[in-house]
Amino acid sequence: MNNIDKELLKEINDKFDENAEAYNIRKNGESIKRKINSYIDIVTKENKSGIDIYVKEDTLFGIVHIPVIITESGLTDVVYNDFHIGKNANVIIMAGCGIHNDLHQNSEHDGIHRFYLEENAKVKYVEKHYGEGKGTGKKVLNPTTEIYMKKGSKMTMDSVQIKGVDDTLRITKADLDDDTTLEISEKILTTGKETAKTEFIVNLNGENASVRVTSRSVAEGSSYQEFISNITGNTKCYAHVECDAIIKDEGKVKAIPEIYAKNIDANLIHEAAIGKIAGEQLSKLMTLGLNESEAEEVIIKGFLK
Amino acid sequence: MLILKDINFKRDNKTILNNINLTLEDNKFYSITGPNGSGKSTLAKIIMGLVSPDTGNIIYNGKDITNLGVDERAKLGIGFAFQSPVTFKGLTVYDILKIATGSEVGKKEACDILSKVGLCAKEYIDRELNNSLSGGELKRIEIATIIARCPSISIFDEPEAGIDLWSFKYLTEVFKEIGTKRSGITIVISHQERILAIADEIILLEAGEIKEVGNKDVMLKGILSSDCLRGGNHE
Repeated sequence: MNNIDKELLKEINDKFDENAEAYNIRKNGESIKRKINSYIDIVTKENKSGIDIYVKEDTLFGIVHIPVIITESGLTDVVYNDFHIGKNANVIIMAGCGIHNDLHQNSEHDGIHRFYLEENAKVKYVEKHYGEGKGTGKKVLNPTTEIYMKKGSKMTMDSVQIKGVDDTLRITKADLDDDTTLEISEKILTTGKETAKTEFIVNLNGENASVRVTSRSVAEGSSYQEFISNITGNTKCYAHVECDAIIKDEGKVKAIPEIYAKNIDANLIHEAAIGKIAGEQLSKLMTLGLNESEAEEVIIKGFLK
Repeated sequence: MLILKDINFKRDNKTILNNINLTLEDNKFYSITGPNGSGKSTLAKIIMGLVSPDTGNIIYNGKDITNLGVDERAKLGIGFAFQSPVTFKGLTVYDILKIATGSEVGKKEACDILSKVGLCAKEYIDRELNNSLSGGELKRIEIATIIARCPSISIFDEPEAGIDLWSFKYLTEVFKEIGTKRSGITIVISHQERILAIADEIILLEAGEIKEVGNKDVMLKGILSSDCLRGGNHE
């Protein structure tokens, strides 16, 4: 790995180094380094590009890193990664993609990640997307995440995309069985002419299933963002979707919430708020000695923290 | 010393402040009181720079600060506690106290400041400054930002507005301490007798004009027998 590779890796996952207990590094469409252990196995798919990650049942505090880096302009990398999380296993999965594109051709990474959580499995999934480079070639990231949760399983998903990604279409789908909990937190900042579209489709199929989606985004410059959520409550269940967006300059944000209760005991909530930074927030910080642009920076940084 | 000279302010053809002339001396605690709509909050905001007067000058320690922005006045040592505290998604109590002190203040020091306004620091220091906090809690944190900043002129705009009785009782203690220990100028806009009683001097505003300024012992009697403490809602 050269210095650019190392810097990209650091941007998307500063906790990663090669002493990690299990990992798979993918560069320009190929796995370049892998480490497994007795309870986390990583196997290359035979029929298509990608890997299967197997976490043994009853695994305690497992950690697996699967960073992706792209430094080749003009490459479209499509990868299928499947995560099989055994019964009662508890694992942290650190994913993310960094693109460095100094040339004029587009670089694209489409990661299709499927999570199969067995009964009482627990997953924390952290994903960070980042783009850099001086070229006119676009940096495009289109992650699709599918989550299948069996009885009693829990998953939290934190995704962050701060600047540098020209276009993104993020799709997250989940099917939840009895007594499952899914918590998704998403943070997006777009600037310049970037566009980001994010879509959540969650089916609450089992009793006492619950989902909480929190999306915070900032659209600067003339960027455009779209937030779509589509939550269906088929039984006694709970959903809370919160979409908060700050718009600046010519930034535009569209939120399309859809919640569908198909059962009398389904309790579904959607909150959406889009607006510029409130004047009194700026005023308060200015009374504490910050100038307007410093105050704005503090507010946005805190909002996306 | 802070001097307000011939301050006038009109909105929608209505006179809010009419020819205000006032001299506030260092190391004194002033309470501005008066009926709702008398222009108290506007006057306080004009000192902080949150509102610009139509005419008139504000002189602070010999310097004309009329055209200075809010942040510039803050840097000169003017602080302002809002009547309705502002909430921030993502900023914690610790974050705002760090900004207020203007330095990388440690958690212990920040906790000490919170304790001064009667909040159990451990419980609050990492809380987000959002609507999950009650009106009384937000108000105390707002006051804590002024204590953290330690300005030469501290302005509190109706600290009693929107808080419960228990919090109010505690706040009067906080102001008593500010009144006895603080150097510089303290200005508290209030309708509450207990806060007026802490002041050295009371400024009575009516219909945008200064009706009377004087020692609290003399002023309180007259004020208590008049109508101006009735109400107490936001202006």
